[in-house]
Amino acid sequence: MTHPILEARSLHVSFNGVKAADDVSIAIHDGEFLAIIGPNGSGKTTLLNICTGYIRPRSGNVLLDGHDITRLSPRAIARRGVARAFQIPQLFSAQRVIDNMMLALAGTDGLWSAVQPLETARRRDEARALLDLVGLADDADRISSTLPEGHRKLLDIAVALALKPRLLLLDEPTSGVSALERFPLMEALMAALRQRRITALFVEHDMDVVARYASRVLVWNAGNIMAEGRPDEVFSNAQVRQRVVGVA
Amino acid sequence: MPTIIAAAAVLVIALLPVAAPWLQFVLTLAIAKGFAALGVAVLLRAGLISIGHAMFFAASAYAVAFLARAGVNDLGLLLILSVLGGALVGAVAGSFLVRYRAIFFAMLNLAVSMVFYALCAKLYGVTGGTDGKPVPVPAVFGVVLGEPAFKSVLFYLSLGLMVLVGLAVQRYLNSPLGHALSAVHTNEIRLEYLGIPVWAVLLIAYVVSAALAGLGGAIAGFAIGRVVPDFAFWTASGHLVLIAVLGGIGGVPGAFIGALFLELLHSAAVTVTDSWNLIVGMALIIVIMFMPKGIYGLFARKEATGL
Repeated sequence: MTHPILEARSLHVSFNGVKAADDVSIAIHDGEFLAIIGPNGSGKTTLLNICTGYIRPRSGNVLLDGHDITRLSPRAIARRGVARAFQIPQLFSAQRVIDNMMLALAGTDGLWSAVQPLETARRRDEARALLDLVGLADDADRISSTLPEGHRKLLDIAVALALKPRLLLLDEPTSGVSALERFPLMEALMAALRQRRITALFVEHDMDVVARYASRVLVWNAGNIMAEGRPDEVFSNAQVRQRVVGVA
Repeated sequence: MPTIIAAAAVLVIALLPVAAPWLQFVLTLAIAKGFAALGVAVLLRAGLISIGHAMFFAASAYAVAFLARAGVNDLGLLLILSVLGGALVGAVAGSFLVRYRAIFFAMLNLAVSMVFYALCAKLYGVTGGTDGKPVPVPAVFGVVLGEPAFKSVLFYLSLGLMVLVGLAVQRYLNSPLGHALSAVHTNEIRLEYLGIPVWAVLLIAYVVSAALAGLGGAIAGFAIGRVVPDFAFWTASGHLVLIAVLGGIGGVPGAFIGALFLELLHSAAVTVTDSWNLIVGMALIIVIMFMPKGIYGLFARKEATGL
């Protein structure tokens, strides 16, 4: 096994006495597509918030490539190659879809580009290629607030991909996406991740998606890791089937 | 706004003083206030309302008066140095003000500007107190002009700067920095997750807006020939916000359209009645109620994200 890109060690987090992480340690390795499943409110999104610097654990550490990033801001962590797509899409709602993309692309450019026009041929082409990847090419000139929820979700993922991350954290990437679009989106996403050598961690409730695309599954329950392993191993665990998947 | 309409509007403004010389002063002052309102409008893009930008307007006007007294006697140099002075004050104030949002940002700007106003009014030995400081007529490229000729030069210089600075601000708003500024208003969290420092984006915008207000203040100082503490009073700051909203924050021309509309309306109203405030107030109510995007919105209605 390669060295972990991201490692969380002995995390403790609680909100009003409810434990969201109770001495939890996880690691995600280069090239993995790690799924985190678990009941609502079990602390899955909290883990993403900690790993991206949005909240700080009461104790424990988060290491990126062996360097402690526990106290860094989301901005500093993003600049180290960690991107995030949110459960509720986080977009610039008053701006066009393509402007959302180009601003993300500009964020990775140098200081001088900050005073150049946002819309350059290179950025426009890159933005359109990514929008094409998630099936939003026809919506490029729409104001993003006018997109249906599923498309907003896709745009949020495309924005995260535009940052050219090494590690992508996805919070329920298929929620809000129609059943018809779900698997084509995941196929496109997986292809992009493989092509760009992006490691990914995703929180997901759709077990079909997890079974099909995750290389490893981690079951989170009440602030603890209940089970961990390959999808077939995890889904054959009777306790997981009963308490998380909802099948006896 | 199509370029041809903008060019025609600038041409009309340039010719107006030929037909009605008394308009020259009104238009110069309107352009000066337009610069300051543009500074306010820049911050409004990030959803930040400053009720204290008259401070930078006054700071640069005082800078002109002090520099002139210190022996600097060239219009160009005085404008550059005074605008830099305004930007410097903006950098100092902005470094802590941009950490605040919404009502806190508005009130802190107001508070800081009122401290500045109080200093201008009370430090009689330095600022001349409520009498203010005179702003002498400077040389233009080494040529000493009489006051009427200088005021004409100032008007056309202001008009030229309105076009050039307006284009520069439009360029800034079209850049990633400008788009990031608008993005602060809609989603600050996402901006941080893009690796873009919100604090820096806002500080740059604040300094730009202070410099714009400073440019307006310097021009107003030259046009009036005197700078007084009232330049920095809170009602002057409120006036700038009013101009920005009235003109429309959807584009750079909005601030100048608002300033020209308000100054011309005011000039016309005072010739009709002593209760000119009533006319100005009624006009404002009409514009605000029926033109939510300001007067500029009438021209830019079809532009989705036009500047």
